[in-house]
Amino acid sequence: MAAKGKITIDQGLCKSCELCITVCPEKAIRIAETFNHRGYHPAEFVLETCRGCSLCATMCPEVAIEVYRG
Amino acid sequence: MMKGTDAIGEAAVQAGCRCYFGYPITPQNELPEYMSKRMDEVGGVFLQGESEIASINMVLGAAAAGVRAMTSSSSPGISLKQEGLSFLASLELPAVIVNINRGGPGLGNIAPSQGDYYQATRGGGHGDYRMPVYAPAGVQELYDITMKAFDVADMYRTPVMILGDGMMGQIVEPIVRHKRPDVELPPKDYILDGCEGRPSRIVKSLILDVRLMEEHNWKLKRKYDLMKKELPMHEEFMTSDAKMIVVAYGTAARIAKGAVKRVRSNGLPVGLIRPITLWPFPDEAIANITKKAKAVLVFEMSTGQMVDDVRLATNGRIDCEFYGRPGGVVAAPQEIARIIERHWLQKELS
Amino acid sequence: MKKVFSRPKCLKPAPFHYCPGCGHSIIHRLVAELIDEMGLQGKAICIPPAGCAVLAYNYFDIDVCESAHGRGCAIATGFKRALPDRFVFTYQGDGDMAAIGTAETIHAANRGELITSIFVNNAVYGMTGGQMAPTTMLGQKTTTSPFGRRSKVEGYPLKITDLIAQLDGAAYVARTSVGTPAKILATKKALKKAFEVQLEGLGYTLVEVLSPCPTNWKMTPVDAFKYLQERMEKEYPLQVFKDITAQKKED
Repeated sequence: MAAKGKITIDQGLCKSCELCITVCPEKAIRIAETFNHRGYHPAEFVLETCRGCSLCATMCPEVAIEVYRG
Repeated sequence: MMKGTDAIGEAAVQAGCRCYFGYPITPQNELPEYMSKRMDEVGGVFLQGESEIASINMVLGAAAAGVRAMTSSSSPGISLKQEGLSFLASLELPAVIVNINRGGPGLGNIAPSQGDYYQATRGGGHGDYRMPVYAPAGVQELYDITMKAFDVADMYRTPVMILGDGMMGQIVEPIVRHKRPDVELPPKDYILDGCEGRPSRIVKSLILDVRLMEEHNWKLKRKYDLMKKELPMHEEFMTSDAKMIVVAYGTAARIAKGAVKRVRSNGLPVGLIRPITLWPFPDEAIANITKKAKAVLVFEMSTGQMVDDVRLATNGRIDCEFYGRPGGVVAAPQEIARIIERHWLQKELS
Repeated sequence: MKKVFSRPKCLKPAPFHYCPGCGHSIIHRLVAELIDEMGLQGKAICIPPAGCAVLAYNYFDIDVCESAHGRGCAIATGFKRALPDRFVFTYQGDGDMAAIGTAETIHAANRGELITSIFVNNAVYGMTGGQMAPTTMLGQKTTTSPFGRRSKVEGYPLKITDLIAQLDGAAYVARTSVGTPAKILATKKALKKAFEVQLEGLGYTLVEVLSPCPTNWKMTPVDAFKYLQERMEKEYPLQVFKDITAQKKED
């Protein structure tokens, strides 16, 4: 089933607070193994199940997430 | 004829002041009372804040919005405004602050005094700043200097203080109400009135980078040096042939002038210098005028504050005697005349 | 696919200095979105506090005038009285608004100043390292209430918003939280209402937003958001205290 939505995460802004992960109903986000330039493990988007509901972006304190739907 | 406090109020209105924020405190209540009616007549804002701290910060807001703004208070209230003055100085915002000095320290009393000289001239708040301080000695001068203060504030982008005292505020004298002089003022390209049609602006004094803060301090210093060159004002009275010079300002200077006239009638060539700007202090004028004199007597309605500046100005070249009546006591001219004559004898000037 | 969520125009691109999981930057986004949506950028003036949000001028692309600690409502009064047709709002923390700035806040509200105060309540002094604030809860440990706040010694949490709701000058007073996406959207709705009531000239408006302070609460961001909902929202129930526009509809 084609994903109904997707998000982009500006990993340079992410401070690994994990709030997006806690609110995502589809568990489509996880913490990356890599480090960003600030030394955080940034959040990472897993494609398949995103519905484009924007809960992650609403919750993100860094306004690091953009959401696409349709 | 006008009362001192009303003259200040009317001059402010004529100078285009359209925001007055104040708080009741004797002996300056007549000024907010005057402004509460007058501001309404000219479509300005009069607001009695909940404290002097609130009032000075309302002035800050109005000044940052680009409006000519003013507040007034008396000694304890001026202490409460010191934080605001320090912010106005760093933010380089124009404002006029009137201090009708009363007896102190502490609650003190409501009589005229000059005990706030240090606070006014040394930048009473925190940090490395100065502020022009004017000390009028009559109702006409209160009017003229209040009007000038608004131009100085805009010209140099600085808070300006008018230091009167309990008597100065209450006396009633004839007055000529000049219109606002036509002075070329720098554009207010720093104000915050909504960034419609321009980039957004920031008015702030938080400078975390110490090098930038130092730069800001030196920038302010250059401005203060410019003020020192351009702003000093003083009055000389019978100084050309004077062997002894009396130095006094404000109400003390009026008393001293009466004393000088008395001793002159007894044949003693004594003169008076009256600093009108307490900061920048007219040190050059005092240094020049006292060159020929043999003695200097400083009279203040305090335990001695301006005397330090007079000694700095004369730089040890001449002995500067001090006589003071603090606490709100208004000495009579005869008393000061006796002090002059006694000093004259002690110095064997005849 | 269509983009349905992106950074508001009025939010400068600068990354936030706030700690991971801080509520301030969420609230900043909401304010910036509203300024975009309501077309307020050209007439908005923000007065940030002396507190973590003092650097709001790095984020809001509007005119910003910094305030000494606690003086926000007085400065905003000066602005609004000088420029009655501009949109003026203060952005303050709990120490700024309910400790040193109590008088300025209460009197601005009592005068019905046509300004909006955004009051971010995180129960501690964040910028200075987590000291006790007027809103610190009983039993809550902070760097200056190491044994947990005790009513007999440190007194009670100050419900300043409840006080202000009693004042006739206040036209819209609400308390919200950033605890969940739904509550964040409710916060935006409350802010929008407050902005509208100011622009309609109906009186003073205040929105208290409960916000986490993970660093000074010594919790992970996720735990801090749990604590926010399980503890803070119990002590500070979310509600609209006063809305004179609502009463008008009923009259």
